[in-house]
Amino acid sequence: MTALIEIEGLTKRFSGFTAVDGLSFTVARGEVLGFLGPNGAGKSTTMRMLAGFVTPTAGTARICGHNVQDDPIAARRALGFLPEGAPTYPDMTTAAFLAFIAGIRGYRGAEARARIERAVEATQLGGVREQRIETLSKGFKRRVGLAQALLHDPPVLVLDEPTDGLDPNQKHEMRALIARMAPEKAIIISTHILEEVDAVCTRAIIIAAGRIVADATPEALEALHPSGRLEDVFRRITMAEIHITTESVP
Amino acid sequence: MRNTMLIARREFAAYFATPVAVVFIVIFLVLQGVLTFNLGGFFDRNQADLLPFFNFLPWVFLLLIPALTMRLWAEERRLGTIELLLTLPIREGEAVLGKFLAAWGFCALALALTFPFVITVNLLGNPDNGMIVAGYAGALLLSGSFLAIGAAVSALTRSQVIAFVLGVAACFVFAASAYPVVTDFLAQGTPVLATIARRISLVERFQSFTRGVIGLRDVIFYVSFIGFWLYLNTVIVEQRKAD
Repeated sequence: MTALIEIEGLTKRFSGFTAVDGLSFTVARGEVLGFLGPNGAGKSTTMRMLAGFVTPTAGTARICGHNVQDDPIAARRALGFLPEGAPTYPDMTTAAFLAFIAGIRGYRGAEARARIERAVEATQLGGVREQRIETLSKGFKRRVGLAQALLHDPPVLVLDEPTDGLDPNQKHEMRALIARMAPEKAIIISTHILEEVDAVCTRAIIIAAGRIVADATPEALEALHPSGRLEDVFRRITMAEIHITTESVP
Repeated sequence: MRNTMLIARREFAAYFATPVAVVFIVIFLVLQGVLTFNLGGFFDRNQADLLPFFNFLPWVFLLLIPALTMRLWAEERRLGTIELLLTLPIREGEAVLGKFLAAWGFCALALALTFPFVITVNLLGNPDNGMIVAGYAGALLLSGSFLAIGAAVSALTRSQVIAFVLGVAACFVFAASAYPVVTDFLAQGTPVLATIARRISLVERFQSFTRGVIGLRDVIFYVSFIGFWLYLNTVIVEQRKAD
């Protein structure tokens, strides 16, 4: 197992508070890491640092051995990134947007067309190729964002809430797609949907207030609570401090 | 360079994806027409040249160019696409230059569409066409300078309105700095400031172009001025991309 993502002591302080506090972990090829935590726990900030968009206050992040700060271009070539909310250019058509991304990724002519074709097929965008992105439904927009991340078939995928806004069928497709790609890639997905962790992740990290509070396989996490449900484990771990304070009040 | 051109092409197409392009070009041409023919006394002067046209140009640019640049970065911030763009394997400088070139190309197109003025003046008399060409060259450099200011200012905010207002204000400083009102006021206190104000004026240098003089020093000034603001733009984007 080779670690394609290496994070060491990653910290981000904004004025007044620490969003991410000394995170360290690695993700190897073949792993699908579910990144869980309450809103504001630092999931998106961590992913943004990994993509080189936010500069860490301390610590390093490496993608395929390339430091995202010192060697950003090489690191980004190896990375497919779906930012939070799947931002895309609303005034472009799906085809024009993907052609732009293919160009930036260095593909031309027949190869660009083949890559776009494959990404469109994988994310089932065939029917909306010539439609402007602003006219698409939320689920389609999210898939355009995903198609963009998959276009260059990167060894590392970082997907911030990839299934947000998808209907149950689309969620199922998305999970199947992630499972298909999993063996050759290192994948991090952040999600609020705990059943998703069971369905696609080989490992889950729960963070709260910028720190790792649990790092185990979904099965091992489920065993932490008598009910055997991830939801209860999540509540127990991430609300631990609140429980303690309410219990200590007479 | 390839990335720069890809970004420039995308941005250029984005102008035409909305009514922005048509509105801009129509307003620009109408405003230039009214100012040249009515206020500028194009016919009454009885001279075959485009001086009335060029004299109003800096002020029309001052108003309209920040409208072209306001969206360049502010919109990327508002839509969150800046996170997509700046996590692609490109350098910030390539994105800055690409966006600038798209806006400059658009300005060049708007200027090219003023060709009826040139035809009119050639039909009515025998103008010095060399002087007109020099004027257009100056207009391109002047528009580039305003664009570079506007683009850098746009990177400061996620609001297009703020980007527009700041853009007009910043461009105004460099447009008005050589006018006697400004220089006289500065000369009262510290005469050095008045000299500096005249040196950094974009309009005074443009006026020598419209008289047919393409000075190497003026060209170097405009090119370094554009370079300075593009560099500032890159620094702003690098330092504050996630804000």
